[in-house]
Order: sequence, then C-alpha cells, then structure tokens
Amino acid sequence: MNKCIERIFNGLVKENPTFVLMLGMCPTLAVTTSAVNGVGMGLSTTAVLIMSNMLISMLRKIIPDSVRMPAFIVVVASFVTIVDFLLEGFVPSLYDSLGLYIPLIVVNCIILGRAESYASKSPVLPSIFDGIGMGLGFTVGLTCIGIVREIIGAGQIFGMDLPAVRISSIVLEYEPVAIFVQAPGAFLVLSCLVAAQNKIKNNLAKKGRKVPKSAGCAEGCASCPSHGICGGHPAGYETAGKTDEKKEQEGA
Amino acid sequence: MNEKYNVSSSPHIRDRIKSSNIMLMVLIGLLPATLFGIWNFRHENAWILVVVTTAAAVLSELIYELLMHKPVTIKDLSAAVTGLLLALNLPPTLPWWMGVIGAVFAVIVVKQLFGGLGQNFMNPALAGRCFLLISFTSQMTYFVYDGVTGPTPLANLKSGEAVDTMDMLIGNIRGTIGETSVIAIMIGAMFLILMGVIDLRIPGSYIVSFVVFITIFGGHGFDPQYITAHLCGGGLMLGAWFMATDYVTSPITSSGKIVYGICMGLLTGLFRLFGGTAEGVSYAIIISNLLVPLIEKVTLPRPFGFGKGGEK
Repeated sequence: MNKCIERIFNGLVKENPTFVLMLGMCPTLAVTTSAVNGVGMGLSTTAVLIMSNMLISMLRKIIPDSVRMPAFIVVVASFVTIVDFLLEGFVPSLYDSLGLYIPLIVVNCIILGRAESYASKSPVLPSIFDGIGMGLGFTVGLTCIGIVREIIGAGQIFGMDLPAVRISSIVLEYEPVAIFVQAPGAFLVLSCLVAAQNKIKNNLAKKGRKVPKSAGCAEGCASCPSHGICGGHPAGYETAGKTDEKKEQEGA
Repeated sequence: MNEKYNVSSSPHIRDRIKSSNIMLMVLIGLLPATLFGIWNFRHENAWILVVVTTAAAVLSELIYELLMHKPVTIKDLSAAVTGLLLALNLPPTLPWWMGVIGAVFAVIVVKQLFGGLGQNFMNPALAGRCFLLISFTSQMTYFVYDGVTGPTPLANLKSGEAVDTMDMLIGNIRGTIGETSVIAIMIGAMFLILMGVIDLRIPGSYIVSFVVFITIFGGHGFDPQYITAHLCGGGLMLGAWFMATDYVTSPITSSGKIVYGICMGLLTGLFRLFGGTAEGVSYAIIISNLLVPLIEKVTLPRPFGFGKGGEK
C-alpha cells in the first residue's frame, strides 16, 4: 500500500506533469482560459489515464514489444471515445468549451508516457495509483493556471465576477487584462508558476529540509524514451541517476 | 557583465561614446515629437501619461535591480528611453495606470528577465505597446482630438475616404501621442543622423520597401498623394526612425540592416493593406526583431583571406 501512496505523491509533487515534467503542454496552454476548463480537462485526462494504465498493465505480458505503441494507442483511444461521449451527453457546456482538445487526449504525452514508462512494466495496482497521481497532478496544474488566467484575464473566479471595491462613493471595478485569456497569457502564467514553484523548492532546500527531487528515470536509462535528450544526466542525477547506473550494471 | 569580449581583427578605434551618451541623444531626438504631442493633446492632458509612463519604466528597472541585488543601471537612461517611447505610442486618453502596466511589462518582462540592456530579444517599448493593444483593445484604439472622437486618418485611408496630407505632415490629427507630427519626428531624426547615432540603412530600406509594396499592391498605382498619406499616417515614421533603429534589436551587419529594413517594410505593407486593422508598424517591427539573429547569421561578413563558410 505504501507504494500506492508513493505513486500519488510522486504524481502530485515530485514529478508533477505540468510543473516538473512539462508534459502535455498543448492542452495545458490551450484550454486553461478558465478554472472550470482546467478542472474539466484535468479530470477527463485523469479518467482516461487511470483506465488506460490499468488495462495496459493487465495486458503488459500479452502485448508484443514491437507493436506496443499501436496497442497503447488503441487502448487509450477507446477510453477517450468513451469520455468524449460521456462529456457530450452529460456536460455539454464543458464539451463545447474544450472542443477539439478532448479527442486530442489520445495523443497526450502524459498518457502515452505513463503507459510506456510505468504501466507496461508494473503490476496493476501501482499502475492505477500512478494514473491517479499523475492525473491529479495534471488537474492541479491546469486548475492553478486556469484560476490565475481567469482572475487576471476575465476578472472572474469559477465564472463569478470579482466583487467591485467600494471606497465611500467611488466604485472600483476590475478591468480585465485580456491578454491573459489569450495564447500569450498562457505562456506568461505557466512560466511564472513554474518559477514560483522552483523558488519554493530552492528555499526549502536552503533551509535543509528534505526536498523531493524528480527521480525522472526510476526505470533506468536504457529503456527511457528521453534518453537521447538527457544523455543520462537528468534532473536529480546525483541521487537518482547513480543508483540507476548501478542497477543497470547489475542488470548487465 | 563578464569580461570576455570578442574582439574583431585590428585596427581598433577608441571612442568616448557610451550607452548613456547614445541614450541621452535619443532622448533629445525624441524631444520635438514629445513636446509637440503634449501640446497637440493638451486638452486630453497627455503630459500626465508621458510623465507617469516614463517614471514607471525607470522606477520598475530600479526596483527590480534592487530586489535582485543587481547593479543599478538606470543611469544609462535606457529605461527612460523605453518609457518615453512607450508613452509616445499610446493614445492620449489612455488611463494612466494602463501606461504603468505597459511600462512594467516592457522593462521587467521583456528587458530585465532576459538579462537587461543588450539582451532583450525585441524592442521593449513596442512589446509593451502590443501587450496593451491585446489587453485593452478598446482603450488602445480610442482616439480623440480636440475633444472629438473618431477614426485616425490611417483608418480613413483604409476605408477609402479622403485625408488631408498637409494635416498629417504637421500633426494636428488623431493618433497616439508621439506619432502624429511627421515634421517633429523628422527634426529629431535629423539630429540623430547628424550625431551619427542612427544608421540610414534601416529606416531607408524600411521606407523604400514599404513604398514599393504600397505602389504594387495598394490599388492606386504610383499615386504620390496616397503614398504620402501612408507614409505620414500612423506610427511608420516614429517606428522607422526611433524604434527600428534600436541597437539591441537590429542587426549589426551592414547588409543585414538592409534585409531587416526590407522585412519590416514588407510586413508593414502587408498588415496595413491586407490585415484586419489599419495600423501594422508595431507588429512588423517586433516580428522583424525576432528575425534579427537569423539575419545576422546569414549576412555574417567573411574575414579577408577566408573562403565561403569561413574556411581557408
């Protein structure tokens, strides 16, 4: 059970897909014009992630290595179709505002990434919790961005107008800064939130508190899809990387 | 600042010119346009916006550098130039706090976050203007002259109405604070050319290529009146002489400067004739700013004695 809680913590904080791994940037930047959209997108992705992680983990010994990508895509696409129809049927307003980005969950790199690097190698229960953790991490990230963009760019919180400030007879109403609900605002808000998050982590590290470092490649470098990019020197290399090398040597 | 300078081959020339001298000269060059703008929009109290925006740019640079424990560089006057240029690009009726937001964005996000003076990838003042233009579209395109609201001459020109070219030359028209008077801008530009601050290649190739584009695609053929109206309207003159020539965001090579100018001329023509809005100078310049590293790479001069691609 410890392993499961660790997976959730891993997804939410240590390897938060939005703020640490920087995965799934397309929906992150495109749909977070409001907090509701962020929550909706995050939860839809979470649902797909949990189900696909579970099924892929179950089938991990059946799927041949050479055709694993098409097999993953088929599994993920089936669940996305279900989520797509459910959203259209029960929350049509959200379905309209998310639009094309729901079918695009199929190619969301978080889902394929987790299938490739975790679910296809791990037992079913940890895979499910990995899906929950990653999905919730994604949801939290999207919601944070959505809230900030909605407050600054539209003067609303979850669709409700910010209250006007009254100083005796003068009423100060918030003037929305429209750029924040458009594309450039997404980049500005994302970068500021990532910077703030790194600052907090650095401050904790300075005070000598134990800081969760991104393990990044708990599965070893050889099988990692981004091995070519990091060249065996990922973030948190000094702690996680060395043990990985040892593991690899033992395996070899 | 690190001490590693890439020194070109000899001979070297020593000069007493410093960034602050150049910035001071740019400020002096902007003076006629600023004073005319303040007088032109005296009923709209344009001077408040000019003073507040310039002060906000300088203060945000000071505060940022104090907070980040960096050497304070407000004495090089570049922040003042940024603030003043931004103010000259704003409509006189804009609420003062919007000017402050634009100045803070220009100095902190576009300039300081990328490493301060010399490191910014696009003109901070224009980036600030575009930020405001996207954020507060209605206030940024609300033009008043002598208490009467209406479209700018450039918008009239786009919709096919007649415009008074003489008024556009003198500057008693609607528009942003600093762009209206071509004469005032040209006085300042002449000063900068005589002092050797700006290179004629950039504004020259910009204006020439813009005229060629307008002549071919404008639908009026070579109509001097139409072309003059386009040249005097909007921010073309202010942009070509004062913002396109910014040292940091323009190419350093001679042929690169001409390519850069042509690029801006074509983009400005494209935006003005085929774009959704009447004006396109600011977007044309910042897009060309982004192309500058590429232009410099292509137009790198070949050292004497070396073959193509820098090989012996």
